Order: sequence, then C-alpha cells, then structure tokens
Amino acid sequence: MTMKMGFYPGCSLKGSSREFNESLCAVMDKLGVELEEVPDWNCCGATAAHNLNHALSLSLPARILALAEGAGMQEIAVPCSACYSRLVMTRHELQENEALKAEIADIIEMDLALNAVPINVIQALDRALEGASLESLVVAPLAYKVACYYGCLMVRPPKVLRFDQPEDPMTMDRMMERVGAEPIDWAFKVECCGAGFSVSRTDLVAKLCKPIVTDAVKRGAEALIVACPMCQSNLDMRRCAIKGMSEAEAHIPVLYITQAIGLALGIDRKDLGLQRHLVKVALPRRAVVGA
Amino acid sequence: MARIGVFVCHCGENISATVDCAKVAETMSGVPGVVHSVDYKYMCSDPGQTMIRDAIKEKNLTGVVVAACSPRMHEPTFRRACADAGLNPYLCEMANVREHCSWVHEKSEATTEKATDLVRVMVEKVRRNEPLFPIKVPVTKTALVLGGGVAGIQAALDIANAGHTVIMVEREPSIGGHMAQLSETFPTLDCSQCILTPRMVEVAQHPNITLHTYSELESVEGFIGNFNVKIRKKARHIDETLCTGCGLCALKCPQKKIPSEFDAGVGTRTAIYVPFPQAVPNKPVIDTDNCLYFQKGKCRVCEKVCPTKAIRYDQEDTIIEADVGAIVAATGFEVKGCDFFPEYGFGKYPDVITGLQFERLASASGPTLGEIRRPSDGTIAETVVFISCAGSRDPAKGIEYCSKICCMYLAKHAMLYKHKVHHGKAYVFYMDIRAGGKMYEEFVRRAIEEDHVSYIRGRVSRIYEEDGKLVVKGADTLLGGRPIDVRADLVVLGTAVVAGEGAEELAQKLHISYDPYFFFAEAHPKLRPVETNTAGIFLAGACQAPRDIPETVSQASGAAAKVVGLFSQSELSREPVIAVVHRTAPPLFSKCVGCFLCESACPYRAIEREEIKDRQGRVLKVVAKVNPGLCQGCGTCVALCRVKAIDLQGFTNEQVFAELVAL
Repeated sequence: MTMKMGFYPGCSLKGSSREFNESLCAVMDKLGVELEEVPDWNCCGATAAHNLNHALSLSLPARILALAEGAGMQEIAVPCSACYSRLVMTRHELQENEALKAEIADIIEMDLALNAVPINVIQALDRALEGASLESLVVAPLAYKVACYYGCLMVRPPKVLRFDQPEDPMTMDRMMERVGAEPIDWAFKVECCGAGFSVSRTDLVAKLCKPIVTDAVKRGAEALIVACPMCQSNLDMRRCAIKGMSEAEAHIPVLYITQAIGLALGIDRKDLGLQRHLVKVALPRRAVVGA
Repeated sequence: MARIGVFVCHCGENISATVDCAKVAETMSGVPGVVHSVDYKYMCSDPGQTMIRDAIKEKNLTGVVVAACSPRMHEPTFRRACADAGLNPYLCEMANVREHCSWVHEKSEATTEKATDLVRVMVEKVRRNEPLFPIKVPVTKTALVLGGGVAGIQAALDIANAGHTVIMVEREPSIGGHMAQLSETFPTLDCSQCILTPRMVEVAQHPNITLHTYSELESVEGFIGNFNVKIRKKARHIDETLCTGCGLCALKCPQKKIPSEFDAGVGTRTAIYVPFPQAVPNKPVIDTDNCLYFQKGKCRVCEKVCPTKAIRYDQEDTIIEADVGAIVAATGFEVKGCDFFPEYGFGKYPDVITGLQFERLASASGPTLGEIRRPSDGTIAETVVFISCAGSRDPAKGIEYCSKICCMYLAKHAMLYKHKVHHGKAYVFYMDIRAGGKMYEEFVRRAIEEDHVSYIRGRVSRIYEEDGKLVVKGADTLLGGRPIDVRADLVVLGTAVVAGEGAEELAQKLHISYDPYFFFAEAHPKLRPVETNTAGIFLAGACQAPRDIPETVSQASGAAAKVVGLFSQSELSREPVIAVVHRTAPPLFSKCVGCFLCESACPYRAIEREEIKDRQGRVLKVVAKVNPGLCQGCGTCVALCRVKAIDLQGFTNEQVFAELVAL
C-alpha cells in the first residue's frame, strides 16, 4: 500500500542539491511512500526575505502552507533546513498572533488555517518507517564510522521546534546506528558552517568549515552525514578553499542522510546521485561482522 | 432589637477626596437599627477611638461598623476599642471604603453611593453577628528540628539553650550537612569543619537535645502547640549501645569502591561506613544496597571482626512517636548536576565536576588530601576553568533564579587553587559577580588582584575533550564578544542550588506551601520570613531558598526565637473564625448525615469523626466535628456540605446572604 506525504522541495532540491531530492525520492519509494509536491509552490524567502521585509518573509511561507492545506496535506516533508525553519517559524508566529495571521492571509489572498504541519527530513523518514523496522530492510550495512552533522537550523530555536536536544542532538546518530554505521562522539555537530556566506565571504566559510572537517577526521570518521543542502554544499564544495588540509581531511565525503540510508537499503549509487558530489564518494567495500 | 453604630472615616483625604463621607453617615442614620452614625477625619486616632468607646456606652450599642481602610490594617485597633467599652470585639466589623472604593474611583455621586452600599452591607452582617471568644490551646514545649545541617544545628542549640527540649531528626548517618563537606569558607577562609564540628559535638552532648540520625519524618498530625509526629529510625544494622566506633568493620569491609556521598562521588567508601572522621554520632551504618551479605548472602566479615559484637543484620526500622509544640524545617538543599544540558559534558568527562566535588578535592579530609588532582588520571591540574551560572539564571534550562552562593564559592575555589598550585592558571567565566555581603566584594577583588585569577565576563557555549584536555569555548563580552578557547585540565561548574530530594513530599506531609522549584514558602517574604503559612512550623536555611552560611545561621536563630516565643506562653489564643458542625437535641443530634465529603475536602485535616453514643455506650450516629486547633476558617467544608450542617463562625451563610440581599 502506498502512503502519500506532502512534500515541499524548495529551490536547492531542484538545483544545486538535486542529489538530496533524488536520494529522498529513491528511499521513500523503497519505503512505499509517495511524495506529493505542494502544487504551484514558491520560494520560502530563505535568508533574503527576512532580512528585508518582515511581511514578505511571512507571506512567502504562508502561501506554501495555504497551498498545502488546500491540497488536503496534513504534513509537509521539508528536507532543506532553511525552508523548514522558515515554514515552521512562520506557522509559529502566525499561530501566536491572530491579527498578523489575518493580515498575511489578506496579503496572499488565501484562507489560512495553519493546519498543515511542516516536518523535517528525519521526521519524514520516521513517519515513513512507522510500523516497519529499518534494520530489517538493510541489505548492505553501512559499516563505517560517521560524523553526523546537524548544522544550526534543524534543531533551533528549540522553543519553537521542540526537536531533539539543541546542543547535543542525537536523532541522526540513532538513525545511522540502525543502518549499521558507527556514529562518533564529536564536538562540532551543531557548529556553524557559514551558510549563505558561501558566496560573499568564501574565506569565512572555509575558516568555519575547517574545524568541522578536521575534528571529524581526527576522531576517526570516514564520512560526514548531513541533512541540509547548505551544510552539504559548504562542506563539499568549499573543501578546496580550506588551506592546509591533510589527505584524509581533503577526501572525507559528505553524504545526505538519505544517501547513506539509500546505500544501506541497496539502492543504486546513481539513483542516489552520489556521482554529483565534488568530493568523491569512494567508500571502500567492507565486510560486516555477522552480516 | 439591634442598636448599631456607624463610624465613617475620612482617612485624611484618602477617602474624603472622592467620597462624601458626611453624606454616607447621614444616609446610614436612616437605616433601621442604626442608632448612631457619624463621620470623622481620622477614626484610628485616639480621639476617633474615644468617639467609638463613648458611643457604645452612651447609646448602649450592640454592634459597630467602621467604614475606613482594609481590615488588614486596623481591624485589631477598632476591635480593641470596642472591647475596652465592654462590647464583644467580634461585634465590630469594618467596611473597606478606601481600597475597595475611594482609591479606585473618581469623585462622583456613584462613588459615594458605592461607599454607602459597602457600609449598608456590613450593617446587615453585624446585625447577625454573635459574640465570639478566642480559642485557647495548650503548648507542648518541645521542638522538632528536621535536618542536622548548620541550620538545624543552630536552631536546635538556640532552642535548647533557652531551656526547651529539642528532637533533631537527620536523614543521613551523621549530622553536619553540606557545611561539613566544605573545605574552607568565604570570605574568611576559615576551615569549615573546624568551626562546625564543635557545634556538632555540642548537639550530641546537650542534655535538652535528643538526636535521631539516619531517621526520617514519617507523619505529622495535630496543630500548633500540639503536634504528634512519627519518626522512622532506619535500621543501621548496628547495636549503637555496644558499638564503640572503633572503625575496624569499615577497615575490613571488602566492598571498597562505592562512590562516597560525603565526597560527592569523587572519593569512595565501604559498605559499612562512617561518612567522615568527625561524624556525629561516630557509629557506622550498613549500606544494604552495596553490602555483599545483603546482596549475595555471604561475607559477614564485619560481624567477625567487631570486638563488641555490635553488628545486627536482622535489625529493622523502628517508629518513634513524639509530641511537639513546634517544628523547624531545616532540610537544606542539593547541588544539581549539569547532565540535563549536555553541552558542558558533565557526566561524560570525569574532569568536569561540580563545586561541591571541588570542595572535596580541596579539603584536607578529601580523597586527594587537599591536592587538586584530576579525577580522570590523578595528575595535578595546571589550568582550571570555573564557570558560574551553570544552569542557574537561564530560563531555557528551566532554572530562572540565581543560586546565590556560586559567585562567592567559585572565587574561593579559584583562590584556594592558586594557593595550592602557585604556577597554575585559574579562569572564572561569569555573567555578573554577585558579591553582596559583608567583606564579599573585597574577597572577590582579592582573588582577582592578589591571586591573579582571570575573570572573563562571558558564557561558555561548549566544552569538549581533545587530546586529554578540556577545550572550553567561551566569549569575552567585555572585549567585543571575542571568542575564547581555554584548554583546561579541570572544569568546575557552579551548578544550580536546588531543593533537597523529597522536599515536595515533606512539604505535603507538613502541610506547608512551596514554590515552583520546591523551596518551602515563607508566610511573608519581608515581614514573616521564618514562618510558614501553617502555624507552628518554621523555616531555617536553604530549604527556603539558596543561602550561604551566615544567612542560614541568622535565619536559624530567627526561627529559634519564634519557637522560644511560642513556648513562652502557657496557652495560645486563636481567632474563633472557624467552622462548626450543627448540633441539636436528640433524636436528630445533628443535621450532619455523616457523608464526610468535608473530610476529604479540608486542606488542614481539621475534620474529625465524632461518635454520638447513648448511655449504654452504643453508637447512635457518626457526625463530623471540626478540630478548632486545626481549622483555619477557609470555608471549603461549608461550601461542600450537602445538608448545610457546617457553618463558619463569624461568616455564616445567613450573614453572607444578608449582605448580598442588602445590595
């Protein structure tokens, strides 16, 4: 039986992070979930809108929420952390302020009940796995040491998101354990990657990404696992801008959590978009004890 | 026929500025039963009171209504004036035309009308008032002190030295509390044990003090002056009369790796143990959870080595019953860990410790004999970071209050560390330095200026381990938020001071209120700081709020003074505003049908069951009875009673209905 789930890809999943979309769809397909895109969706506003115009920063996500409601979606999977943050924060702000909600509904000229709930990629996977055992679906255990990197927006602000421990989140680590990987205990799982400064201040992003990569490698990680297109592109794409890296530091791949799970589920590398990464994903085949 | 006098006060301009007092008095003079109605500038003044006294005598008044301020202010004044003139004081009532009227309304006809209505209402009540008489209760002149820390010790000694008997109950095997664990004390750096142990010994030796250690309060019944308490004396598994405290049992006990509570987990103890060398009493207890004999059925080494044959494996808890007149709660606090927010790595890294653990490291009687060694590898710490407000003053962490003692003890720790490791580096991360107290600010300045402790104003965001060091990531907010990483050997957290374990349960046993953090609530934050809302129960020390030693001792002496004041009376007077159960002649005896809904509703456990018997002693009926010593007059039982068999003296249903009808 196919389960349907609302889906808001946002711009990254259609462009620079196409492999996140590909791997998510492949994994969801394997789990028997059909992702249904919010019809006629628009930009979430990301970092630009809320720096410039408050009403605009609320209206853009509000329109997405209203469209999802109109399509009868109760939950919307929002894989990109920035989109997720904008949708959740908008919903929260409008729930808290009736007058503002009316004003925004007026701007977008749509009914706004706020009953469609945005969920992040981990929650979406959890939902898809309800009643099923992920462990039993694994065909090729991911027998590597991995460093789960959460970045900033997936767990913050804790008051609104109420998802995991903001300073030491563990949900990705636990999911990785379930597909046979060994998540390491490390110090930089919620440090800033530099996010949107990737374009304007590449030097700063390189400076911020360096300790993340260095600490992960130092503590034995063979791959970084992420759930945000911005984190992925900064850690993957800006590796060449980081000065003074060792061989191991230069070559540690950065996988989306959906790609990591996809590998464990035996999905073809191409279907997971692994060939699109700048740092080559060359994880050596490894026999698993007891597998 | 009622003969009521009405006295309308102007309260200077407080009332007369918006209310036409003369008109109120004039209107009231027309009310049936009012035989005297006047207004005056200050009713509470001596001439004002004389007006009331004279009127009572001349007009033979049967009731008095004073229209003035809140009864919280001057009700006792006017009731005394009435009593002087021979009128039962409970026939005098106040109409609050100041707080309830003149202060909250503009000057207008309506304001005067409202004032008139308030007076009219009280006239209707007074018309139905009955003379009441204060309730007298006897006093048992023995105090129960709960807790044997410095607060309990001070309170017990003060009460005992005033000539009264004291029963002290301590949960742990020894008295001494947290103060016995401390190395030195701020701001004088005198040794904590050196100043406390003489007091501990005094308690043990005092002829007026009975000490029950390793004991807990089981239950409390009764009321001020007349409590009956049950104390559970937990089995020590030792015959205390035979034990000489030689310590051979602990020396030979094979279970040696149990984390010591006294050493806050940085040291170890045996399964049969005395918590520390100066313990009072110096008698061991067996920790049955860790004893090989209790867990696996074999060993009995202590029994074999005991020269006086004092080991009793089959000993059981005993319950001791006692009558006491007052209770002092001095149950103290606990130091919370930091494991509820993971970014400081407490519980994960052994070298991230609490302030209390540092006290044990710095103490000459501690596991390292006073050397500042890392718990992980035993090396001397060369760089130590102290972090204040580790959990406190942070709504996101759920503890919004200031733990109060951390600023000072962290300054002390840093100073002690520098005195022990001269070349070592000490950093203190802080939000504010709260050093309000005699010689406190000077003490902190000394740490900074003479002992060169680096104070950094900023919060620590994260601590992680790297190459055997703890990397402390913080910011210096005085230098424009510059990020700072300190590579430390040891991190000491000024964690939150929280209510002691079981505080909520104890408060419920004692029927005293507590705040959202389970600290016990005082009756008034400024004017009644050592009393609780339950008469006869007093507070001392950190069970009420985080406190340092000087404050704790002052408060304990304050609580003791309250107890001694209570014991100076041979009997107590209580307000007669209490509930009474209807009684009448046989065969009905009472309207009460014995459903006892009131019993479960009463917050003060004042409802008792009374058996009505005939001459042969056969029970004819069981009805409710209100214990006048316990009843606080809240009226909950009155509202609940299905047959209206209970009424509140001074506020009967009839009186309240009459007030409403008068409007």
